[in-house]
Amino acid sequence: MAYTEEELKKQLETKEYEYGFYTDIDSETFPVGLSEEIVVAISKKKNEPKWMTEWRLDAFKIWKGMEKPSWSNLKYKEPDYQGISYYSAPKKKPDLKSLDEVDPELIKTFNKLGISIDEQKRLSGVAMDVVVDSVSVATSFKDTLEEKGIIFCSISDAIKNHPKLVRKYIGTVIPKRDNYFAALNSAVFSDGSFCYIPKGVKCPMELSTYFRINQAGTGQFERTLLIADESSYVSYLEGCTAPSRDENQLHAAVVELIALDDAEIKYSTVQNWFPGDKDGNGGVFNFVTKRGICHDRSKISWTQVETGSAVTWKYPSCVLKGNDSIGEFYSIAVTNNFQQADTGTKMIHIGKNTKSTIISKGVSAGKSQNSYRGLVKISPMAENARNFSQCDSLLMGNECGAHTFPYIEAQNKSAQIEHEASTSKIGEDQIFYCNQRGIDTEKAIALIVNGFSKEVLNKLPMEFAVEAQKLLEISLEGSVG
Amino acid sequence: MLEIDNLHCKIDGKSILKGVNLKIKKGEIHAIMGPNGSGKSTLANVISGHEDYEVTKGTIYFDNKEINELGVDERAHEGIFMSFQYPVEIPGVTVTNFIKTAINETRKSQGLDDMSSSEMLKKIREKANLLDMDSNFLSRSLNEGFSGGEKKRNEIFQMAMMEPKLAVLDETDSGLDIDALKIVANGVVKCSNDDNSVLVITHYQRLLDYIVPDKVHVIMDGKVVKSGNKDLAKKIEVVGYDWLKKSN
Repeated sequence: MAYTEEELKKQLETKEYEYGFYTDIDSETFPVGLSEEIVVAISKKKNEPKWMTEWRLDAFKIWKGMEKPSWSNLKYKEPDYQGISYYSAPKKKPDLKSLDEVDPELIKTFNKLGISIDEQKRLSGVAMDVVVDSVSVATSFKDTLEEKGIIFCSISDAIKNHPKLVRKYIGTVIPKRDNYFAALNSAVFSDGSFCYIPKGVKCPMELSTYFRINQAGTGQFERTLLIADESSYVSYLEGCTAPSRDENQLHAAVVELIALDDAEIKYSTVQNWFPGDKDGNGGVFNFVTKRGICHDRSKISWTQVETGSAVTWKYPSCVLKGNDSIGEFYSIAVTNNFQQADTGTKMIHIGKNTKSTIISKGVSAGKSQNSYRGLVKISPMAENARNFSQCDSLLMGNECGAHTFPYIEAQNKSAQIEHEASTSKIGEDQIFYCNQRGIDTEKAIALIVNGFSKEVLNKLPMEFAVEAQKLLEISLEGSVG
Repeated sequence: MLEIDNLHCKIDGKSILKGVNLKIKKGEIHAIMGPNGSGKSTLANVISGHEDYEVTKGTIYFDNKEINELGVDERAHEGIFMSFQYPVEIPGVTVTNFIKTAINETRKSQGLDDMSSSEMLKKIREKANLLDMDSNFLSRSLNEGFSGGEKKRNEIFQMAMMEPKLAVLDETDSGLDIDALKIVANGVVKCSNDDNSVLVITHYQRLLDYIVPDKVHVIMDGKVVKSGNKDLAKKIEVVGYDWLKKSN
């Protein structure tokens, strides 16, 4: 590969982050506990049509009859599902008068991420007179999107304004009874995003829901539905790179992607929920179901950077139903202190000539446990299916763990499946070498980890990648004595 | 520039250096020779501040300042550079990104801003030319899949980029064919001037044909047993070290 001057220059530039486009999700106020009445109340509050209320009730019935999953390599205290407020108001944060009253640790992190003072205030709940001017920016973006016929709104609005589309697709990729958390989400989802890209349209910008914004209480049960019609393209960003001190214990989101013939969806996530403190207290339980379905010649690409949450349970998957369709999964999961992550993907090959690629990078530090769990399934009909999987683990110290659980089910003889795995440790000789070149130990680790994660970081949209790199650095701070 | 006074050190409880004295002035090139296991590489590591080596006695002065207590990165910031005998691999980190980080971290320690990308680019191009490196090399992962010669060339490239006050070259000639040796040695010579110093650690005299030392020291069993000019290296090449053992 020739290395052009342009590329060299690019690498030398100190990259600046630019804001993406986001829409705020309104949050509403909910009562406590879970029952049929609550489900109805949620639906009513949101002025949902009858079919939606029934859909939720059906999900609730299913959920009641289900057992919670116990197969993961995770140890945690079961949340009390009746003790959770399914109607939690946007978090009532204490009204702070100035940044001086904010936790200095939080400010330090904000500064490292390069977050502006205004945004710092907004994120930490300091009262502000001036509203960040994203609204006007958002409006001009909205016009551009509307011109192209792209629908991008909250799922609540979509249920009201585009009921046909929602009804046609919701629950088709992840049925209500798919799993415990998906059923729960289907019954009580508070809000989320809806996106529809019309036939032949290439979405001209990265779409992002709550880019960087601490989404207060609404995120507990988000639901995202993204439909890319024939021959369309969209790149979608989801995430919150700022550390969110959300006290919600349980997050159970559902994301459904539909790529119709010849469509392409790129879905990138950066997840940085509160991981708990150094002693393993607190932190978010993140139980997410993400799945996409690919029709003929379409492509879905999942990219994720997971640095937060006390417990992560997440397997963004692709159902390669159409012939010649492609599924990709690129993941970096970093765990430190007492964090636990059990994450990976499922690639279900059904169509002919389907291809999938899995690149998973796990970095474990402290006393954390990091597991990759992946399924590659080749159905009897899937002639000439191909998969390549690569799972690399990087360990720091002697008290953490890295685990790989690859499941392969091939029911068609023509399948070609490759799996590579490696485990390495950051060596003292590497650290010494970096130190000798004037790079201190913390920076050296960041450099080594970024190098290790490069194949995945490269898949992220540029502005996201820069933040993700900084995030990796921050997540591993203090991981070496 | 560098003054070592009665240096003793241990690794895993075993004494390696047993009273080394050495003084290198600004602008000088010194060479250290000695048989296997005499403590040559240990000396390089101790000057760099490697934590596995415990200094039990003696003092290292750099620029008239005692540096015994300084960490490895702090010594690097002071201007000490070591070219490794076995440079490590760092997968996924390009040569460019690595040297950029090294330079900017060093500048940060001196209260300077990051070097501008245009300045960095100019410097990279200049130093890469000096060592006859093509630009593909700069985009490769640090030392990953490098041949022995490429690794050493990369070490000297980094030295040229970082412009240290003192460069300690630990067996830079090992694993080099004669053409690569000439390029590497030539690079070192071009970088050396009246304001910096070089300490060359080597088994063989041949490197000293290209990097001509002002002084040559022979280290045996943890001590400097003989010092002289470049003729000393030539004599060793012919007769070996045994005569020094006897006279010792």
